[in-house]
Amino acid sequence: MATFKEFRNNVKPNWCPGCGDFSVQAAIQRAAANAGLEPEKLAVISGIGCSGRISGYINAYGFHSIHGRALPIAQGVKLANRDLTVIASGGDGDGFAIGMGHTVHAIRRNINMTYIVMDNQIYGLTKGQTSPRSAVGFKTKSTPEGSIESTLSPLEIALAAGATFVAQSFSSDLKQLTSLIEQGINHEGFSLINVFSPCVTFNKINTYDWFKENIVNLETVEGYDASNRVMAMTKLMETNGMITGLIYQNKEKRSYENLITGFRPEPLTNQNLQLSVEDFDKLLKEFK
Amino acid sequence: MRVTLKEWASLISQLSWKIGGQQGEGVESTDRIFSTALNRLGYYLYGYRHFSSRIKGGHTNNKIRISTKPIRAISDDLDILVAFDQETIDLNAHELRQGGVIVADAKFNPVVPEGVEARLFAVPITAIAEELGTSLMKNMVASGASWALLGLPLEVFNKAVEEEFGRKGPAVVEKNVEAVRRGADFVLEQAGGPLGDFQLEPADGEQKLFMIGNDAMALGALAAGCRIMAAYPITPASEIMEYLIKQLPKFGGTVVQTEDEIAAVTMSIGSNYAGVRSMTASAGPGLSLMMEAIGLAGMTETPLVIVNTQRGGPSTGLPTKQEQSDVNAMIYGTHGEIPKIVIAPSSIEECFYDMVEAFNLAERYQCPVIVLTDLQLSLGKQSCEPLDYERIVIDRGNLVTNVPPSEDNVLFKRYEFVEGGVSPRVLPGEKGGLHHVTGVEHDETGRPSESAINRKKMMDKRLHKLDNLQVTNAIRVDAPHEDADLLIVGMGSTGGTIDQARVQLEQDGIKTNHVTVRQIYPFPTAQFKAYADRAKQIVVLENNATGQLANQIKLNVGVGDKVRNLTKYDGTPFLPSEVYKQSKELV
Ligand SMILES: Cc1ncc(C[n+]2csc(CCOP(=O)(O)OP(=O)(O)O)c2C)c(N)n1
Ligand code: SF4
Ligand SMILES: [Mg+2]
Repeated sequence: MATFKEFRNNVKPNWCPGCGDFSVQAAIQRAAANAGLEPEKLAVISGIGCSGRISGYINAYGFHSIHGRALPIAQGVKLANRDLTVIASGGDGDGFAIGMGHTVHAIRRNINMTYIVMDNQIYGLTKGQTSPRSAVGFKTKSTPEGSIESTLSPLEIALAAGATFVAQSFSSDLKQLTSLIEQGINHEGFSLINVFSPCVTFNKINTYDWFKENIVNLETVEGYDASNRVMAMTKLMETNGMITGLIYQNKEKRSYENLITGFRPEPLTNQNLQLSVEDFDKLLKEFK
Repeated sequence: MRVTLKEWASLISQLSWKIGGQQGEGVESTDRIFSTALNRLGYYLYGYRHFSSRIKGGHTNNKIRISTKPIRAISDDLDILVAFDQETIDLNAHELRQGGVIVADAKFNPVVPEGVEARLFAVPITAIAEELGTSLMKNMVASGASWALLGLPLEVFNKAVEEEFGRKGPAVVEKNVEAVRRGADFVLEQAGGPLGDFQLEPADGEQKLFMIGNDAMALGALAAGCRIMAAYPITPASEIMEYLIKQLPKFGGTVVQTEDEIAAVTMSIGSNYAGVRSMTASAGPGLSLMMEAIGLAGMTETPLVIVNTQRGGPSTGLPTKQEQSDVNAMIYGTHGEIPKIVIAPSSIEECFYDMVEAFNLAERYQCPVIVLTDLQLSLGKQSCEPLDYERIVIDRGNLVTNVPPSEDNVLFKRYEFVEGGVSPRVLPGEKGGLHHVTGVEHDETGRPSESAINRKKMMDKRLHKLDNLQVTNAIRVDAPHEDADLLIVGMGSTGGTIDQARVQLEQDGIKTNHVTVRQIYPFPTAQFKAYADRAKQIVVLENNATGQLANQIKLNVGVGDKVRNLTKYDGTPFLPSEVYKQSKELV
């Protein structure tokens, strides 16, 4: 069993000092160790953005892909080799703007994997434009008069799309974040973990302090039941999504791979590719 | 005046039959049952579907050419037209040869248009079907009548009916057999027996494989070991996923219908990266969406197989019509410069074998491979020569396993600079194989790198991988003449049409050679040049407006002064007569 140190590599992240993404990286490494993984059995697929660099900073199989497409790539990886633990990750622009279509459908599909979004309410890599997560009125390079579009509530959308695991955390709460990622890894099906991960360089509004003041940890909410979808939706709406912790989990629903007709427990990568003569003849016969 | 091509083939060795009506009215099923029965007798068949982008209503027709010898082209003219409505007659009767036959539903009081000399048999197709219980059986009555006029044995047709309806029980089979018999009896009485001039020579009795190009490609993919397909439905590609949806579960694989083509291609990249042969298939609109991801596969040296079944573009264009206008997009699409292979099967058999080859090429050269067909090849149902199991060879290229575990934090050199440029590839899960993959320029271990020296070396490594590219039959050649008046060049589905036109050109004393370009990119310059040099003129035939293949020839082979474009972009495939006439004019 690997320790969290074995998930570290010698690459120095090119994130700004203080960037929330450092904690996400650390939390993934710890969660992977806690979940009993080995580096070679973990595949981290990321998109493009500051956050997207994360796949290069973890000692595992890493695939740094293109903007918004980490999810379909990650799903392809998992279907090919279901023995791998697959984590997809990227920014809020990556997952909720350009990749939003994939996010919704990956949730619906419910392949057994974990998706971690580093949500800084801004486009970091392109130097500070508005994101779907930006607040109305938020002034950025691309919204000098303040954003006039509604803020997206990705977790409400996730619930509406049939999500089986929805959680949210905060870069400053490494313990909670690590635990949620570990739970996500162990969840059968698609787990979505949105992480408030402040961009210290371009977002002067949604700062560490701002989050500390505005978020509510669900552990402190009496009677909160994460198996209750209606309660989860209500809570998200009531709080404008400013909650952290496990928001919703459906332990009943089987994951996609377990529902595909004819799909075997043995990873496809280990299976024989060659058709037998008998099978081939049978297939040909259907065309006569 | 139509040019009839009967000179080169006697009437009795082949004929053409067409069924037309409103979409959703049984045209497809009549065609299917009729051709299945013909296939049982061993005839070679070649089909053409005329259809529109709607499900119910709108004129549609299916044409089959029936022959005792292999055929690869639609015919200019028509011998028998089966019409479910007057519109079918009005739109298609002009194709009938002199003395051709119309079998029409008596229900609409069919009339033969002025100027058409055809024998009309008005058969109460709908009435008989309804009498037997349902107008759905129109197809049986109509095909029974056609069958009888050809004087073919009814038992064979009944066998086909049994096969089609067997699982619905004997009562259903019996009803349909009855419908066939009633159609046959009625027309025979009107015609006074089978038509003497429509008697086909007996075929060899050997049932052929009878399929569309999309079936052959899907089967080829399955045989090649493809176990995951990710795709989004589109005409004329959907049959590939439909076939694999049916078959893959038997082999542990699966098809994912994704949310769009970007997801389809990237999911396929993910599966290939993880080590399972995976593909996607689409047409022009989907390929346009995939371009960025194709670049990712090129940059990360991930094997990838994509089928593009071309249809009429641009934009939504002519979604159900023939075109070959994506050549440029397949070669030049994607920003930056990547290694990429584009191959174009030119027959139904090649559809099968080329898929096996595509998967091998993708892994051998670790790059995207696009298999380019066109609507006629993808959807035209035709007889296929036996497919050879021995030719299914799976070659996974430079894939390494059991890599010894590395020292701490030393990554596997996934992009190692090696002779030929194809680095060892290792799959996730291997303890000693840990490495990074990125669409960002990277070093040998896959770590991002902006070093100018590394950049140049990596670009060269990737791009020169294809210097030694070996594709089976990069061009296909039929060159009987040392010095030809004309070298006719084509790709995709047009080969049979070209060959048929050549018979006539040769009769006129024009010496023709024929080259089919199968390796579209990188262009097989050396192989092609030998034949280009030996021709006085080169006619490049393609279903697009701007001569995209011709431009590749000019660019790569440099014989621009000899090249003449023969283009057609009205949505219909070339007819042999058109190729004959226009080639002749160009000489
Ligand atoms: C197709 C495409 N469009 C645009 C870009 C430019 N781009 C790179 S990252 C990015 C947005 C980054 O924002 P986010 O996903 O929130 O990541 P962050 O940098 O904030 O972590 C954009 C627009 C790109 N790389 N590819
Ligand atoms: S720009 Fe913002 S998101 Fe990007 S590394 Fe710096 S702090 Fe992090
Ligand atoms: Mg962001």
